[in-house]
Amino acid sequence: MPRRVDRNACLSCGGCAGVCPSLAIRLEYGYRLVVDPERCTDCGLCTVFCPAGAIREA
Amino acid sequence: MQDRYDVVVVGAGPGGSSTARSAAEHGAEVLLLEKRSEIGAPKRCGEGLSVRALAELGIEAHPRWCVNEIWGARIVAPNGKSLEVRYPEQVGWVIERKMFDKHLAVMAARAGAEVRTRCEVVDVLRRDGWIRGVVVESGGERFEVEADVVVAADGVESKVARWAGINALHRLEDVDSAYQYEMVVELDNSDMLELYFGNSVAPRGYVWVFPKGRDVANVGIGIGGNVAKDTAKAYLDRWISSNPRYRRGSVVEVNAGAVPVGAPLERLVGNGIMLVGDAAHQVNAIHGGGVFEATFAGRIAGRVAAEAVERGDTSEAFLSRYAEEWRSLRGEALNRIYRLRRAIERLSDDDLNFLADVLEAEDVVAFANGERLGKLAKILMRKPHLIMAAKELM
Repeated sequence: MPRRVDRNACLSCGGCAGVCPSLAIRLEYGYRLVVDPERCTDCGLCTVFCPAGAIREA
Repeated sequence: MQDRYDVVVVGAGPGGSSTARSAAEHGAEVLLLEKRSEIGAPKRCGEGLSVRALAELGIEAHPRWCVNEIWGARIVAPNGKSLEVRYPEQVGWVIERKMFDKHLAVMAARAGAEVRTRCEVVDVLRRDGWIRGVVVESGGERFEVEADVVVAADGVESKVARWAGINALHRLEDVDSAYQYEMVVELDNSDMLELYFGNSVAPRGYVWVFPKGRDVANVGIGIGGNVAKDTAKAYLDRWISSNPRYRRGSVVEVNAGAVPVGAPLERLVGNGIMLVGDAAHQVNAIHGGGVFEATFAGRIAGRVAAEAVERGDTSEAFLSRYAEEWRSLRGEALNRIYRLRRAIERLSDDDLNFLADVLEAEDVVAFANGERLGKLAKILMRKPHLIMAAKELM
């Protein structure tokens, strides 16, 4: 299962994309965070990193 | 937009704009792409920049983005003891990144680069192991743009370099989580930066108050996400709620960010590709500042890219001239600062309080620039349990 993004908490900083080992996170046009379910391995690094607590387990 | 350029720069932050400007000034046909609709926004930055850095970059301070003068700093230890230094002259600015970044992009455009916003690069073009361009998405359309040199200046998200096969992943232990409010708040000194340290305040990092004016400040935090027990937001909210003055403040903007605090990447170039700024991990690992480093590196990268195009040789070997020149000018300093970060993160609150007793504020400012580290090592050696930390500095 890919990670779930709380869009109210996400501030589009993109750090999660930088720490994602599987290149599964895209910040569309710099604003909208999209997790690719095909690539996401559910490792959870994005959740540990997120300054806003916006990425959770699905 | 054409379907081919000499140089395509991905990302219009300070690193990308500086690269684009420099490449254009040296005769290259340049395209600078930014995925967001507005360059410089949302900011992911405390917005402090030293007078020395601006001078070194040859950028003239402009009142539109130089919004507040900084004359000194106050550093607060975990036990509340504060070290203060006020210099005889102005040492820094708090800038408005939205205006500053846009200014740098305008400078790139004036130098002849073509600048485009809301153009997201979603892949690179590869041919025989070389990077030959990028795939762009804009307005619902997807198209290819060929280039002799692609510059990955796509920040901490840095996917371009990784698509190109360069391991630019930010390891979790080498990236800080940051959160910040721009607040309207009563300030004692609007010309001093304030930094608050302590493992319960900000594990592996600090809380900063950077005044943008008489009663407006960036109040932010950076923490090691992997060593902290909670999110950066939670730590910052706790600090604010324990300070009545800030608790009463209004919030006019909220930002989050990732701050690379590792060592700069060993590999900064490949065949047809160069890395600049956060994407290359070119950041001061102690204070987390990257604007100067990215802009400085971009100037070199742009010149070398233009030379490579002119010579018809965009191989990794030729582009390495950028890596070598950058390393000789900044690489060593940034590696030294990275080792300091490794030493500091070993310190407990008691150790930090001890340092506050024996150090002057000027020392701390010097350390943050990678200077006087021998002095720090000697002080750490006085405590047997800090010898390992001291060794990081040698």
